[in-house]
Amino acid sequence: MGKVYDVIIIGAGAVGCAIARELSRYNISTLVLEKECDVAYGTSGRMSGVVHAGFNNKTGSLMAKLCVEGNRLFEGVCSELGIPYKKTGKVLVAFDEADMKVLEGIIERGKANGCEGLRLIGQDEIRAIAPGICGIGGMLSPNTAIFDPFEFCIAHAENAMDNGVDFSLESEVTAISRRNDTFYVTTPKGVFSSRFIVNSAGLYCDRISAMLGVDNYRIYPCRGQYYILDKVASDLLDIPAYPVPRPGIGGLGIHLTPTVDGNIIIGPSAEYLEDPDDYSTTPDVMDKLFSEAKALLPAIERKHIIGNYCGIRPKQAPPGEGGFRDFVIKEEEACPGLINLIGIESPGFTAAVPISFMVSDMLRKHIDLSPKTDFKAERKAPVRFRELSREEQEKLIKTDPEYGEIICRCQNVTRREIRDAIENRFGARSISAIKYRAWATTGRCNGGYCLAKIVDMLIHDYHMKPEEITYRGKGSELFSGEVK
Amino acid sequence: MRSCDVLVIGGGPGGLAAACSAKKAGASSVIVLERDNRAGGILNQCIHDGFGLIRYNCELTGPEYAARAIREATDAGAEILLSRHVSEISKTDSGYCVSVYTKDGIEEYRTRTIVLATGCRERTRGNISIPGSRPAGVFTAGVAQNLVNVRNVMIGKRVVILGSGDIGLIMARRLTLEGAKVLAIAEIMSAPTGLARNVSQCVQEFGIPLYVKTTVSKIIGKRKLEAVELSDLDQNGKVIPGTARRIDCDALVLSVGLIPENEVAQTAGVKLFANNAVDTDRYLQTSVPGVFSCGNSRHVMDLADYVSEQGEMAGRNAVHLIRGEEMETWDEEKSNCMKKGFPEEGTVTCTVCPNGCQVKWDEKTGTFSGNRCKRGARFAEQEHNSPTRSVTTTVKTASGSLIPVRTAGRISKAHVFDVVEQLRKTKLDSGVIIGDEVLRTEIDGEDIRVVATQTSL
Repeated sequence: MGKVYDVIIIGAGAVGCAIARELSRYNISTLVLEKECDVAYGTSGRMSGVVHAGFNNKTGSLMAKLCVEGNRLFEGVCSELGIPYKKTGKVLVAFDEADMKVLEGIIERGKANGCEGLRLIGQDEIRAIAPGICGIGGMLSPNTAIFDPFEFCIAHAENAMDNGVDFSLESEVTAISRRNDTFYVTTPKGVFSSRFIVNSAGLYCDRISAMLGVDNYRIYPCRGQYYILDKVASDLLDIPAYPVPRPGIGGLGIHLTPTVDGNIIIGPSAEYLEDPDDYSTTPDVMDKLFSEAKALLPAIERKHIIGNYCGIRPKQAPPGEGGFRDFVIKEEEACPGLINLIGIESPGFTAAVPISFMVSDMLRKHIDLSPKTDFKAERKAPVRFRELSREEQEKLIKTDPEYGEIICRCQNVTRREIRDAIENRFGARSISAIKYRAWATTGRCNGGYCLAKIVDMLIHDYHMKPEEITYRGKGSELFSGEVK
Repeated sequence: MRSCDVLVIGGGPGGLAAACSAKKAGASSVIVLERDNRAGGILNQCIHDGFGLIRYNCELTGPEYAARAIREATDAGAEILLSRHVSEISKTDSGYCVSVYTKDGIEEYRTRTIVLATGCRERTRGNISIPGSRPAGVFTAGVAQNLVNVRNVMIGKRVVILGSGDIGLIMARRLTLEGAKVLAIAEIMSAPTGLARNVSQCVQEFGIPLYVKTTVSKIIGKRKLEAVELSDLDQNGKVIPGTARRIDCDALVLSVGLIPENEVAQTAGVKLFANNAVDTDRYLQTSVPGVFSCGNSRHVMDLADYVSEQGEMAGRNAVHLIRGEEMETWDEEKSNCMKKGFPEEGTVTCTVCPNGCQVKWDEKTGTFSGNRCKRGARFAEQEHNSPTRSVTTTVKTASGSLIPVRTAGRISKAHVFDVVEQLRKTKLDSGVIIGDEVLRTEIDGEDIRVVATQTSL
């Protein structure tokens, strides 16, 4: 048996990565275990990319408190770690007087939660803020923002790694035991041991907890389907636009959100599932998404659609109940040393950083969290060639000619950026690892131009065999081998 | 900064023809900008034959057709610049300025006129929203073609194809020759959308089932494609409930249409139609004066031959415009007379030219009908007595890359798989020049020669 870590974090989603980074500030040893081949593979990589303000949640709840706090911290964290972030604000769109009444209540609740700047707006102001959006009026939330969820997870994880945290990917936890105040965690990569366990396993948090005998939780997977639109439609909307929420739906309603990269996304639906791993889209829901989005923004057209995807919410509220149950973030009395994070659905991403502080506060009661003197708070963002000025681009091409070679024509990603993504810190060599880092294959041609070029690089520059190249890690092999 | 009279964006068949004709029409300098490291565009991955039937009156493979077009453009004095990715077109006092990414920096070209020949891209799964999961193993036909023919990467062993456009049909044969089993082709319309000659020689000839009024109603498989569900469609194109059947497969190939590629054109402010095609006048000039468009970026065409012909006119018209001469007009009708869909029953689809005549032979009287020329009768007779085929495939080189090859002339149909098998075992030690013999063999007394259809880089 090797090293006993102070803390093992299970799950490298937004919350797990944020906790890893928080714990990397202190002189303790931390390991992150992730079942997939990269970070942000579950719910964290499949959401709207919105930093919520905190008016949607019940006053006095952890959700409300952590969301408001997270919203305040978010911009600073993004700037420290080089995560794309844009404070767009958000509009809630009312279609009738009843909706306006609901909005008055939302503003009251928001104020009670500590959200600033919420106000009702009339039709003229809606038209000024979001010209294409229908509705008789609405509410403006100035502090809502958009960000890049993949980069958030990658940046936190990289920064944690820079500060000494270990990561073990493709390490699905299959069993955990506890003897003499030490946890033994079994994975395909071996057995790892630690004094504390932080369960940030998202959709699987109930199962992880049950492995340690704490089996009073149950997660109900609730799928949300999304459409993604071509950047040619990006001028149609530059602020997230949501309908006024209806009670009991278990989500925030089908909305339209611009991404930091300029695509509009439509979604998500809310459908309870048996299988926490069923990321299928269904024709009836896809039709509904489009028609509801078109009611909000009539200018969108079917030809703008370039893709669809799904996320799954780890909900504690069962199907009959709907709505939201508050986050559970606690050290389990029945299993000392186990810190459970249960039901971290929306606004979990916004709350990820404050959640990480809660976890370090819990640990502080048991172990000495002395700050590292050499903690590096900053992380350099990867080069995004397409966002640079012409002069900066010219300068980069002089430093490396591979910056002069566009591999992904839709998103203008250069060969050098693809190379940096392939050579990522986690050794993740899947197509999606490259996609989430360099943004190649995400455009209107879905990789029609660049996929073969990326495959060529993996084969010739990185000596992979065709049958070793995966889409999203083991089990998702793209090819059967060489032709001859 | 360089200057020219005519700047052609895109080095495929349209762009190469435009450059050649502009130079021949008297332009003092003509430059072609090609983003790839080889000119020819998509022709380079189209290793099958059937190109040049109209233009050169012979049957060429894509790479051979490209080689001719390149030589013609170069011989005429046009300059073809490779590895140049155009980012933007802007207006100047006397014409246009085109910005280009290269490995040496950002270049600028001043030009009086521009011919856009940027081709098209494929409609994707995302565009048509097929329900189901998003596993590995779903490819568009053109990507599959590039991987299999150029990159030496096999996409799967059990394949379903959605859409019966020409690329899908061509890939059905190609994958079959490379050892995959093509389990089904599903087409949402009531007849195949590709040319009858391709339905006949790529699908029916290999016994591949082609189901019309059928679609892929679901993609199944969490990480790797496990199966697709095929369903029948009603007359409104809606899935008929209860008709779904599951086909286990490891690759789904989509041949569901092409979209003109005009992102560069848009930087010049060129007006597009709703389907992304360029709105030109009958002189092939876009809404921006001095900017012309041709080929698939203007309007997706069935044959490369027509793309070349249109490119030629666009190139000449660019010169006419500079000189204040009268421009030539394009006849929209001419490019779409080929037989599409299922061949008629009891007939032979003539493949001598793209018309695809449905030739019927009356055995009693020994007479032929349905053929528009004598060649159709000869073809049908040969097809009846001793059918022959050209074989196109690839050969591996010592460096691991692939070289496209073909039989020199047609061989007995019965020997097709034998030749393909022998070529699978053939390995070239060194680079080749187009036309070099790569294999000479005898099968059942038939002397068969196989030649390279491309010069190695």
